[in-house]
Amino acid sequence: MSTAVNDVHEHEHEHPEGFWGVLGRWLFTTNHKDIGTLYLWLSFIMFFVGGAMALVIRAELFQPGARIVSPEFFNQMTTLHGLIMVFGVVMPAMVGLANWQIPMMIGAPDMALPRLNNWSFWILPFAFSLLMSTFFMSGPAPDFGWTFYAPLSTTYGPKSTDFMIFSIHLMGLSSIMGAINVIATIFNMRAPGMTLMKMPIFVWSWLVTAFLLLGVMPVLAGAVTMMLADRHFGTSFFNAAGGGDPILFQHVFWFFGHPEVYILIMPAFGVISEVVSTFSRKKIFGYRFMIYAIVAIALLSFIVWAHHMFTAGIPLVTELFFMYATMLVAVPTGVKVFNWVATIFKGSISFEAPMLFAIAFLFLFTMGGFSGLMLSIVPADYQYQDTYFVVAHFHYVLIPGSIFAIMAAIYYWLPKWTGHMYNETMAKWHFWLTVISINITFFPMHFLGLAGMPRRIPDYALQFTDFNRIATIGAFIFGFSQLLFLINVVRTVRGHGPRVGAKVWEGAHGLEWTLPSPPPYHSFTVPPEIKN
Amino acid sequence: MKNNFPVFISRICLLLGSWFCISSAYAESRINMPQGVTPMSHDIYALHMMIFWICVSIGVLVFSVLIYSLIKFRKSKGAVPADFHEHTVVEITWAVIPFLILVAMAIPATKVLMRMDNTDDADVTIKIVGYQWKWKYEYLDQGISYFSNLSTPVSQLNNQAPKNEWYLLEVDRPLVVPIHQKIRFLVTANDVIHSWWVPALGIKRDAIPGYIHESWARIEKTGTYRGQCAELCGVNHGFMPIVVEAVTPEAFAAWVQQQTAGKTSLPPDIKKEKSQAELLKQGETLYTTHCAICHKPEGTGMPPAFPALKGSVIATGPVKNHIAMVLNGKPGTAMQAFKEQLSDEDIAAIVTYERHAWGNDDTPRYGKEAGGTVQAAQVASQRAESTHEKLN
Amino acid sequence: MSHDTKSSYYLPAPSHWPILGSAALFCTMFGAAHWLHGNSYGPYLFALGIAVLLFMVFGWFGAVIKESLAGFYDKQVDHSYRWGMVWFIFSEVMFFGAFFGALFYARISAIPELGGDTTSIFTASTLTHYLIWPNFTAHWPVLHNPDMAVFAGPKQVMEAWGLPAINTLILLTSGATITWAHWGVVKDKRKHVLWGLLFTVLLGISFLICQAHEYITAYEQYQLRLDSGIYGTTFFMLTGFHGLHVTLGTIMLIVILIRAYLNHFNPKHHFAFEAVSWYWHFVDVVWLFLFVFVYWL
Ligand code: HEA
Ligand code: HEA
Ligand code: HEC
Ligand code: CUA
Ligand SMILES: [Cu+2]
Repeated sequence: MSTAVNDVHEHEHEHPEGFWGVLGRWLFTTNHKDIGTLYLWLSFIMFFVGGAMALVIRAELFQPGARIVSPEFFNQMTTLHGLIMVFGVVMPAMVGLANWQIPMMIGAPDMALPRLNNWSFWILPFAFSLLMSTFFMSGPAPDFGWTFYAPLSTTYGPKSTDFMIFSIHLMGLSSIMGAINVIATIFNMRAPGMTLMKMPIFVWSWLVTAFLLLGVMPVLAGAVTMMLADRHFGTSFFNAAGGGDPILFQHVFWFFGHPEVYILIMPAFGVISEVVSTFSRKKIFGYRFMIYAIVAIALLSFIVWAHHMFTAGIPLVTELFFMYATMLVAVPTGVKVFNWVATIFKGSISFEAPMLFAIAFLFLFTMGGFSGLMLSIVPADYQYQDTYFVVAHFHYVLIPGSIFAIMAAIYYWLPKWTGHMYNETMAKWHFWLTVISINITFFPMHFLGLAGMPRRIPDYALQFTDFNRIATIGAFIFGFSQLLFLINVVRTVRGHGPRVGAKVWEGAHGLEWTLPSPPPYHSFTVPPEIKN
Repeated sequence: MKNNFPVFISRICLLLGSWFCISSAYAESRINMPQGVTPMSHDIYALHMMIFWICVSIGVLVFSVLIYSLIKFRKSKGAVPADFHEHTVVEITWAVIPFLILVAMAIPATKVLMRMDNTDDADVTIKIVGYQWKWKYEYLDQGISYFSNLSTPVSQLNNQAPKNEWYLLEVDRPLVVPIHQKIRFLVTANDVIHSWWVPALGIKRDAIPGYIHESWARIEKTGTYRGQCAELCGVNHGFMPIVVEAVTPEAFAAWVQQQTAGKTSLPPDIKKEKSQAELLKQGETLYTTHCAICHKPEGTGMPPAFPALKGSVIATGPVKNHIAMVLNGKPGTAMQAFKEQLSDEDIAAIVTYERHAWGNDDTPRYGKEAGGTVQAAQVASQRAESTHEKLN
Repeated sequence: MSHDTKSSYYLPAPSHWPILGSAALFCTMFGAAHWLHGNSYGPYLFALGIAVLLFMVFGWFGAVIKESLAGFYDKQVDHSYRWGMVWFIFSEVMFFGAFFGALFYARISAIPELGGDTTSIFTASTLTHYLIWPNFTAHWPVLHNPDMAVFAGPKQVMEAWGLPAINTLILLTSGATITWAHWGVVKDKRKHVLWGLLFTVLLGISFLICQAHEYITAYEQYQLRLDSGIYGTTFFMLTGFHGLHVTLGTIMLIVILIRAYLNHFNPKHHFAFEAVSWYWHFVDVVWLFLFVFVYWL
């Protein structure tokens, strides 16, 4: 993507040359596109790192018996895989998309607070260095799951836990500043005439996501701060001997954790809305209701957290309340699914790569949603909780949900960003391999979970062997298929592939398509007119 | 590429098929939740199937419209986009109908949950305590209490021996319970959070240190029911199974009798001295069940979390510290106090074993404190001392 | 180099401050973790990180002030900063929310359950009390912890109507003085502004002195410490983080005082002043909640 921007040779803006010049450009940049690019590359790298960890997990689980890694290392893999995928892949990718797209979609020259934007990004590589440094310490890296429940992570946690805690502080800081920037940009930088109810749904979804971030990242910071205090300063937040309660940790964590998973999916909803509408050549159906639905999901997400704690022995009234609230989320989510289908209905559909991913999203995310709904039924969750059924659920919503949406978005906007079309054949191969292997990997996990396989175990009883093998095979196919994606993106960024005009897709509408491809360094130096 | 796909897919299928054939030598794979043997598990199963079919039907409905549209309105077939993009009544309808479906699901779920919550009028009360990585069962009314450890031999874990049918799902002493009686479980933990889960009973309860949470069961059929710890509790989380032996009330009564009788009729004679060979033999077995999970059969541990005992300062130093470590453990670490789990004789045997195994009795190397034999009497006196200290 | 674009919105040139800040944060955190682990270089790394961070803050804000004085900021930029500050404060509110949540949870759920309170609907099982902590009675503030051997309880708790009440008064007054100073800015009365700010700073400092006194009393006379169980835990974490915010706020006020002295503000252009005053009001409001829920009720 870097060269593409360089290709433009804008007169108003010369990029520095030479090693230090280029380094300086990326380190000091205040430009939303550069920062978006940085975020996306960070996410891409972390995807391979976190994915490699997943492959270690799957390799160990290929058959029963301790084969490849020790149980201790296995737990570290699980933990870091979860943390990296959530904080290092999906979140940065979504912020990257926001950085690239929001100013272009609302007719702004840049983000509202460019220097803060740079800081939000550059904290992340440091935060992940801090996190990954735990692998090189004496003693295990964090090994208590990405949910780091106390007291396993406090009294019993390895020394490296403190590095994880500080790393999470940094990630939180980055997210909060990023969210502030998005809000300030959307509230303050819209072109004249771009009223809130005219904003593209992607922008809306990010506005809501930003509020979710502001609402919960500080709470996560609070949770890890309490952990730190319990570990080193003698406090007893999570220790019954001093009047605390380990379940308190879970409440605080999930107050963050549940909205967090919607943070991961909300921008994906936005992307899918744009893509589905473009390739159906039809306006999104029920624009207003799509927005109400996003807002409703966001609001509900604050009052459903204890559905992760149904087996923790919380009182009956609480369980009932959280069950009902959780089930309610299906209503606005259903509205969204139905609206997407209605947009496709009677459209004029073509099947380019972004659309293929969006269609897969519609099927597979909905399936993940259904298993989520099953999990929300408390008595049934007594059997599902902490089994591979949950693992299946969240990979269905996270991979065909968030990750597919990210892939759709990249295929969709990459021509705009670089001025070159990606290779469609390769993209189709990538799609089919991905969509088939994802199901080979994660569909059998439903069976495993129902049959009684707990999650986070490095070894299992014999009756789980078959499906674990299938899952492992699928995972490796999935993993290596992603190399196609990498190649395709790199090729396009480096200028292979035909040049494209301003309006890359026939059915596309929106301000970003009025700019040339690639767009000028500062998107809209003169605010555009908003018609209709 | 259109031609390549079918080929590719058929290859995958072939690959998968062949794996299936090879692996069918293993135990049969299940694909659904067990129906179980308690009212609770039946309720759960019914709820599970109900939600499942509701989701499937909604899915079929939504997906058929989607597939139909994708096929019918292809641009390549000349489809022209329609111009509608809003319809409030439709929107409200497809919000209200799912809502009603949800209400229909919530009602039975609520009923089941209320029933589950009632732990009153129990016939047997059992306190379950999770330890890293074993379970302790205390029959509160009968005064029976014991630990239940994984009994799969280490050689099977390390693939040095063929795995038996209940690989990882077998224990040395199962929980014995009567059928047709209401059993109340009080679940808690000693160190970190564990979760006591037996699918056939429909029970999963997190064991929270310092808190008790309750559940109950009324088992319908005699049999052996297996489960596992279901909350990540450290390195060996995958190695703390649960086995429940459900027997007739008569058999249960007999079992209780036997347990309590065994205790009073055979007061262990701690005065009796044992030979070193005897201690070593006994010690090795005990070591394997109680200590090897952390300190490893080879005594190498998993440093730094679990120190090696081979050549360790404590296992080669003054015997008093060694006994004290086993008796009292080290608070705040996984090294728990074994004084409640092991008798004086047992500890004497284990300590003796540890002091001789893996070359720990190499006095030229480790000094003259290394090696030696420990007798039950010595452990007993140290135990009395430590209890005394605590009282002060 | 970018501010000569056609855009009316001021876009800053590439800046080296953020990356420096990131490196400083890394250094601080890395140092802090090593410090906690007792490594000798930990405190030095930590201090270095903090020093660089301060340097960064001065440099960055200095640049912003220069741009502001040079008149680069139009109304729209001003709005961006405003939104930024507002939502930053909101995130701070949520941070305190986590600790208040912990306090409420302990009081409503954990302590009653440990004490076997059968009347609470939030008690999952009264057996927690009878089987594990039979000697513990539910009472807030907790003087006798469930396990006194591990967490020795405090001898005495903080009385609301002594120093804390005075502190409440101090903060409320400071809220008034800063508002008064704000009027001064709006009316362009320099003296008025300076005196108002000076009073506010002094009140902030007296608050901190009172709090320091209170902490010393707590530690030395009441045996009330961070490790005195859940009461000490919530007490010190909540009031401590608040105290930290008062300290930060006071420093910010001092900076603003200096800037006011240097005539940086005019009735139309004084965002920095307002931001600090919002922050101060936020600290004030948090204190009211603290007073009510930590000290009083
Ligand atoms: C992108 C992330 C994402 C998303 C979108 C969701 C969406 C949902 N999740 Fe999921 N969830 C996770 C990520 C996500 N989840 C993760 C990561 C975990 C595990 C964390 C951990 O423990 O490590 C988890 C765990 C989890 C649990 C805890 C399980 C356990 O540990 O025991 C529960 C329980 O209620 C749950 C429920 C739901 C529900 C009800 C939804 C709903 O939002 C789904 C709504 C969607 C639909 C229902 C489909 C479309 C709707 C229709 C077509 C309308 C009509 C339908 C009906 C009326 C049925 N999730
Ligand atoms: C967005 C989030 C996200 C994503 C994308 C993924 C992606 C994947 N996840 Fe993960 N997963 C989580 C979030 C996610 N996961 C979370 C939150 C948990 C819970 C953690 C916990 O319990 O605490 C979890 C847990 C989890 C488990 C359960 C572990 C356990 O309970 O012990 C498993 C097991 O199969 C798994 C598998 C996979 C696989 C196979 C992928 C695949 O999609 C990965 C695809 C692989 C690649 C993309 C790799 C590409 C690499 C190469 C081609 C090789 C190159 C190699 C080198 C350079 C060395 N995940
Ligand atoms: C659940 C894991 C676990 C089990 C089971 C366990 N230990 Fe340990 N053991 C530990 C840990 C952790 C330590 C380190 C404690 C510390 O931090 O000093 C330890 C330390 C020790 C030490 C001191 C070693 C040294 O040099 O510091 C001895 C001796 C010991 N254990 C003996 C035993 C015996 C005997 C048994 C079985 C009866 C046993 N352990 C079972 C976890 C365990
Ligand atoms: Cu015990 Cu997991
Ligand atoms: Cu959730």
